[in-house]
Formats: sequence, structure tokens, C-alpha cells
Amino acid sequence: MLLRCHRSVGQAGIRLKKLKNYMTGNYPLYLMMIPALVLLVLFNYVPMYGIIIAFQDYMPLYGFSGSPWVGLRWFSYLLDMPDALQVIVNTVIIAIGKILFSTAASILFALLLNELRGKKFKKIVQTAVYLPHFFSWVIIGGIFVDLLSLNGIINQFLQWIGLQKPVFFLGSNRYFRGTMIGLEIWKSFGWGAIIYLAAIANISPNLYESAAIDGAGRLRQAVSITLPSILPTIILLATLSLGNVLNAGFEQIFVMYNEVVYETGDIIDTFVYRIGLENAQFSLSTAVGLFKSVVSFVLITGSYLFAYKRANYRIF
Amino acid sequence: MMVEDASTGAKIWNNSLYIFLGLLAASCILPVIHVLAVSFSSKAASAANLVRFTPVGFHTRAYQKVLTSPLFIRSFGISVLRVLVGTAVNMFMVSITSYPLSKEPGEFKGRLFFVWLIFFPMLFTGGLIPTYLQVRNLGLIDSFWSLILPTAVPMFSIIIMMNFFRGIPKSLSEAAYIEGAGHLTVLRSVYLPISTAAIATLTLFAVVGHWNEWFQGFIYINDTERWPLQTYLRQMLLPTTLQNLTLEDLDTMQYLSDKNFKAAQIFIAMIPILLFYPFLQRYFIAGLTLGSVKE
Repeated sequence: MLLRCHRSVGQAGIRLKKLKNYMTGNYPLYLMMIPALVLLVLFNYVPMYGIIIAFQDYMPLYGFSGSPWVGLRWFSYLLDMPDALQVIVNTVIIAIGKILFSTAASILFALLLNELRGKKFKKIVQTAVYLPHFFSWVIIGGIFVDLLSLNGIINQFLQWIGLQKPVFFLGSNRYFRGTMIGLEIWKSFGWGAIIYLAAIANISPNLYESAAIDGAGRLRQAVSITLPSILPTIILLATLSLGNVLNAGFEQIFVMYNEVVYETGDIIDTFVYRIGLENAQFSLSTAVGLFKSVVSFVLITGSYLFAYKRANYRIF
Repeated sequence: MMVEDASTGAKIWNNSLYIFLGLLAASCILPVIHVLAVSFSSKAASAANLVRFTPVGFHTRAYQKVLTSPLFIRSFGISVLRVLVGTAVNMFMVSITSYPLSKEPGEFKGRLFFVWLIFFPMLFTGGLIPTYLQVRNLGLIDSFWSLILPTAVPMFSIIIMMNFFRGIPKSLSEAAYIEGAGHLTVLRSVYLPISTAAIATLTLFAVVGHWNEWFQGFIYINDTERWPLQTYLRQMLLPTTLQNLTLEDLDTMQYLSDKNFKAAQIFIAMIPILLFYPFLQRYFIAGLTLGSVKE
């Protein structure tokens, strides 16, 4: 109706008027976006542009755009660097170890906790195991560097149960990766179990009742009812965790590693930090960082798309 | 016979379950108790690894030393300030950005574009060095604001809050518009008051995040006197790379590096978390399901 009345003004004029009306009512919505956009541009989008220094010989004086171009020099340099491959191998081994064993530990813990009948005891256990999630790696590192030392309380315990030699958890290439994975499990198994506990709580009690009538024991019920019921949750989380294959946990490794264990414990992120900020090789370091960003981007987007298609998982 | 067997089996299973889960719970608590015990022990006993879960040669001297250590006190103060300012900035960004993003595309044209602009940096980053160089180019090195501004926009929290706002019935805001209220008024007097639970959760995310964060202080601030607590502790407890320190610093750290003193500092840094733990636990768990998209 409205449109017909104004036809004489001309289509373009109407559109402009409409837009004007719209903007007078809704321009605050755009104003509200400004603070976040300014900060994101400054601290996220400009650094993305800064990636170009991976293809330059960066000189602080000339900034991101003025430094001389060197093409793929840093990438071919990296290919010849024996450390670079080792660092990628370390990253993938530690990251996959953490994903696999943390997930398994959380599921197992959720299943066991579900078997517990005493409500009060259950609550106490949950309160205790969620605690490490809230401490920083600096705090946890500070505690465990002492606990895991040669004369530390953990080696004292191992000797008491009959081990001959103390284990040098943080100072030998044999144990370092395992120690990192173990500590990650310790910090996250409880917290990671929450989502599985929620999935278990959604299972219909009727299933268990009919299984009990059929004579299924508790183990049988766990294997044939609980586990299959939470399988979609497990698959969804496992898929999403694929994006972390190059995230071996920078903060943890950085606070606990040392030169002796570079061979097994040096990961992409610590490598980037050392060559970039300690040796000030900005361009080389950015090239390594870019490799990680690109691979992670592909993995994350891929896993989200898969989760979106298969499980209708949506973030927004 | 059979019934009796089954019940003894069940009993054994039950008891071992209690013992195993009890041990797991203990493994998460005992390190904290050990730190507490060491912090109250004598210097000699803690240095000789004699302390387990009760203090040996009870002393409060470590705490006296911590509370008279200017570096510790100052860094603690900086961390408190950082939590206050950083959380306020984060939550301002969350509320003011989530609101337009929660509108229908008809009302907020280009909504999807803006959502992607906020979301994309979660998928792809410039990485450590370009970000560091940009902070340096902006002149923020050694500034308190280098701890606040680079992470001022919490993308994850904005997405969560946006999804939460979208669940608010349209009739509420429409009623306000008819009475002549603008968008800011609607956000302030309709959206925020009914989102207190979500706001509390996201606020606690920000508080814990800022309290625990140490790497920004570590790379952006060279002046040890401007470090937040966790950055100070990183250097104090775990000095593997000593390149940024002067000989004088090293000397002080050597002098300070007794175990009970370290333990006392660790414990004091844990106190805020332990104090608010009941809230933290409740709200963090609520946060796990907060942002889920409702059909």
C-alpha cells in the first residue's frame, strides 16, 4: 500500500527514505559495535596483516609494510632446519596424547562416578577434582616442579613402594612427554567429565529398569546402556578436539621445560617464542607461527563443519 | 549361595569404587595441602624435603617475609587492579557488543557480517610475533594497558551472551520501544536485568582469566616492578630463562629462593580462588551450557 502511494517519487527515492528511517531508529546498534571493532582491528586484524613479515626481512624501522620482500626464504630455511621437524613431531605427539588420554580419563571417571550411590561422597569427590581446573599453570608448575624433583614427594613415594632409582620426570627425554600428558590429565579429567555426567543424567531410567529385569549387572548396564547413550557426545567432543592437534599446551610446557628436554618437549609455540622473542628473529618466527595458524584453521573449520553437518552443532 | 556371592561381589566392587574415587579426590587436594604444610614449616625442614602434609618445625616466618616483600605486595596489587579494570572492560564489551548482534537481521542489517567479524579471530590469529610487534608499535610496552587492551574483547563470551540475549522474548523489548525507549535504554533496563545469571558467569570467567594470566605481563612488560602476580611468580618459581634479568635480580631471587617462602607465595596466590571456589564451581558449571543455541 505504502509503496503504491509513493511510486511517483521513484523507486530509488523510496529506498533512500526507507534507509533513512531505518538508520534513525537503528543507528545506535552500529555505534554499539564500534568499541569492539576498533579493538579487534588494532589487536587482531592488524596482526593478521602483520603476517606478511613472514615473507619479508622484517626491520623494526620500516614496520609491517616497508621491509624488503624475500619470498619464501624463511620457509625453505625452515625445511633445512633439523629442529623444525622435531618440534612438529613433539607437538603432535604431546597434543594427541593429551586429547586421547584426557578424553578417556574423563569418560571413565564419569562412568565410575555414576556408579556411586552415596550423594554426599559424590559431591565431595566432584568438588575436589574440579579444583585443579581453576589454577594457572604457573601455580601448578610451581607446585609440581618441586613434587616431581629427584628428592620430591612423588619420588619418595615411588621408592617407598619399591622403585630402586628415582625418576627424573622433568629432566629426562624419556619421561618428559609422559609427565606433561599426565599432568594435563590430572588438571582436566574432573572438569572434562562434567559434560559426560550431564549426558548420563539425560538417559531415561526406564532403560536401566528393563535391563535390570533382564538380569543385566551394573557392568553390563554401563557397557550396553550408558556408554552407547553418551556416544554422540563423545564423538562430538572428539571431533571438535581435532582442531587442537597442533596445540600441545604452550603455558604448561613453557613453565616446565628446560634445555635438557628440548629434544622431546620443545613444541611449535615454545619454538616460536624462543626464536622470535629471545633471538629477535621476527620474520622466521612469524613463518613458523603462520604454518601453525593455517593448519589449525583448516583443522578447526573442518571439524566444525563436520560437527555441524553430522550433529547439527551450532555456535551461533 | 548365588545371592550371597553376588552381594559379596557387589560389596567388594562398591568398596573399591569408594577407595579409588576417594584417592582420585585426594590426589587433587593433597598438592594444595602439601604447599600449605611447606609454607608453615621451617626453612631447613622444607629444604630437606622432610615435609609431607603437616608442617615440620612450625613457623610463620615465610609469611612474614612474603608480606614484607615489596615485589610480591606490589605485584599482588597490580593483579587486583588488573582484575577490576580488565573485568569491567571485558563486561562492558560483552554487553554493548552482544546486544546488536542478538537482533534479527531485519533490524540490524549486516548482522551476519558483524558476527563473523567477531568470531573469525577465534579461528585464525596473526600469531605471537605480529601481535607482539603491534602492541609495541602502539607504544604499550611496559604499560599497564598492555594487560587489558589486547584481550579487551572476549570473543567467546560475546558469542555466549549473544545466544543468551536471543533467547529473551521479543515482546519485552517491543513493549519498551512502543513506550519510546531507545536501544541503550532497552539494553540497560530490559536485557541486562534479566540476564544477571549469565552476566555473573561471564564476569567470573573474566575474573579468573585475568587473575591467572601471566604471559602478557611476561612479554609486554620488562620492568619487574610492573608485573602482575602470576608473572612475578613465573619468574620467581620457575626461572628457566634468565635472559631478561639483571645480575641484581638474580641475586635477589637466589636469596629469596627458599622453599617455604616459595610455598607461602603460591598459597597466597591460591587464596582468592579458594575463597570464591563455591561460587566459581557453581557458575563455571552453569557456563558450560549457557551459550548453547536454542532452536
